[in-house]
Amino acid sequence: MNSCEKKSLQLTACKVRMNVIEGVYHAKSGHPGGSLSAADIYTYLYFRELRVNPEKPQDPDRDRFVLSKGHTCPGLYGVLAEKGYFSREEMKGLRHIGSMLQGHPNMQDTPGVDMSSGSLGQGISAACGMALAAKLDQKDFRVYTLLGDGELEEGQVWEAAMFAGHKKLDNLCVIVDNNGLQIDGPISEVGGPEPIDEKFRAFGFDVQMVDGHDFEALEAAFAHAKAVEGKPSVIIAKTVKGKGVSFMENQVGWHGTAPNAEQYETAMAELKQALAGLEAE
Amino acid sequence: MAEMVKLATRESFGQAVTELAEQYPQVVVLDADLAAATKTGIFKKAYPDRFIDCGIAECNMVGIAAGLATCGKIPFAASFAMFTAGRAFEQVRNSVGYPHLNVKLVGSHAGISVGEDGATHQCCEDLALMRTIPGMVILNPADHYEMKAAVKAAIEYEGPVYLRLGRLAVESFNNGDDYSFEIGKGITLRQGDDITIVATGLMVSETIKAADALAEEGIHARVINIHTVKPLDEEIILKAAKETGKIITVEEHNVIGGLGEAVAAVLSEKCPTPLVRMGVQDVFGYSGPAKDLLKEFGLCAENIAAVTKKALGK
Repeated sequence: MNSCEKKSLQLTACKVRMNVIEGVYHAKSGHPGGSLSAADIYTYLYFRELRVNPEKPQDPDRDRFVLSKGHTCPGLYGVLAEKGYFSREEMKGLRHIGSMLQGHPNMQDTPGVDMSSGSLGQGISAACGMALAAKLDQKDFRVYTLLGDGELEEGQVWEAAMFAGHKKLDNLCVIVDNNGLQIDGPISEVGGPEPIDEKFRAFGFDVQMVDGHDFEALEAAFAHAKAVEGKPSVIIAKTVKGKGVSFMENQVGWHGTAPNAEQYETAMAELKQALAGLEAE
Repeated sequence: MAEMVKLATRESFGQAVTELAEQYPQVVVLDADLAAATKTGIFKKAYPDRFIDCGIAECNMVGIAAGLATCGKIPFAASFAMFTAGRAFEQVRNSVGYPHLNVKLVGSHAGISVGEDGATHQCCEDLALMRTIPGMVILNPADHYEMKAAVKAAIEYEGPVYLRLGRLAVESFNNGDDYSFEIGKGITLRQGDDITIVATGLMVSETIKAADALAEEGIHARVINIHTVKPLDEEIILKAAKETGKIITVEEHNVIGGLGEAVAAVLSEKCPTPLVRMGVQDVFGYSGPAKDLLKEFGLCAENIAAVTKKALGK
């Protein structure tokens, strides 16, 4: 990744974050914290990793992405808009009656959404099914799924992890958005899913820990995951919940709260400033 | 007339899905460590590469099936009804029902005729649970030939289907040579104008026996086989209500939420008619030989005949 490519990703991620704030503000509800923590991951996936074409969202040979932590769909919608699956204007309809952008993702409503999700623990199973379908049909598409670290408290995650390890789904890449916070507080206090790396290793995964806001680190991690044979991969991405909006960073209260008008203006001003800073570099 | 066979519908299912596998290469079969019991083992033996044992993890199995369906497969995900419809209800609702995926959910060992295993495994709630999911088709075939036709219809139908299988062997009564199955269409098996008995699944053959015994006493009960619990054939039920004036429903399921309530809803909204709901009367089952249990719960030809006479004031 050269500096120009890196900057392009940073710019896109900034726009994704603006889309998140735009959407959640107009919805007056939604989940900004985990959308912002995963914004760089979404950006990397859709602009560097996934072999997808917004002109052909149903291409049977495309790579798949399942947002297992479905509540952070403002981030997914934000990146899909940037990628050209639909207009940015759609973000303002998030969670409104008649909108293509539901409060949790629905594959029947939104172009580019590969699986309906939102009930935690279920997306990773569907991703395993997709990876298995590729194996059965000897196709080379890969399947990516993003989980929250709090989501790891769901038992189904480990049913799916056991399945993926046992079936040697090396075309499956699990990403954990390890921002350390869930609704009721720090994950270490609420449900205790840690140590995350040791658990996945025990289930037969290739395990990597990376800085989820460092595009070069993400590039190396995804390249490594793609080269792994005979086992599924997990990338545990250390992130900051609310990343990019100063007053939301590391604040558990911003898990599922929309900004008011004043907070919206402040957040957008910060992001615009960050964008201008990047453009001026 | 095709030969009479005495087979459990789970056996007929296992045979059918295997026989149809060549014609429908998209079909794959998933099980959760119960292949010998659900009879997906027949498929496993013939098509090992298209059989996926998910281990004892039914919730994950339903999700795997959903993922496979998004990629064009037609997955049959099988376990006991208690686990497919019960344990994995929310996965069925959110990962299959909501996106309307082409997954065929198979619930074997439904009802109290599980027998000796007792209440934990005797699922009398699956029809109720599945009925509440928008767009779910619920098939509860009554004999060998009907099951075979239902499996084919389920494959050809694009969308989620719940297929209920029984453990107990049942004598076939349909003619396999000219039997035709249409999702959502009830079948009148005996004509009669005194009363109508609407039955589903294992209870259909018992109801025929009851109706034939009643006919010898001069009581002419119409018998309707509802193999598709959802969408319900309202037309055949309303016609029977108008023509016979009394309805009895018979199901191996809790009277709450199953066929009886589905019929009650149609009648009370469109043609109020006296109704008796036979089934498991909102109690848990218990261990015992299946046939003895069915008698204990009144789900046998003798009691269906007795309830019919009582409903007619005879």
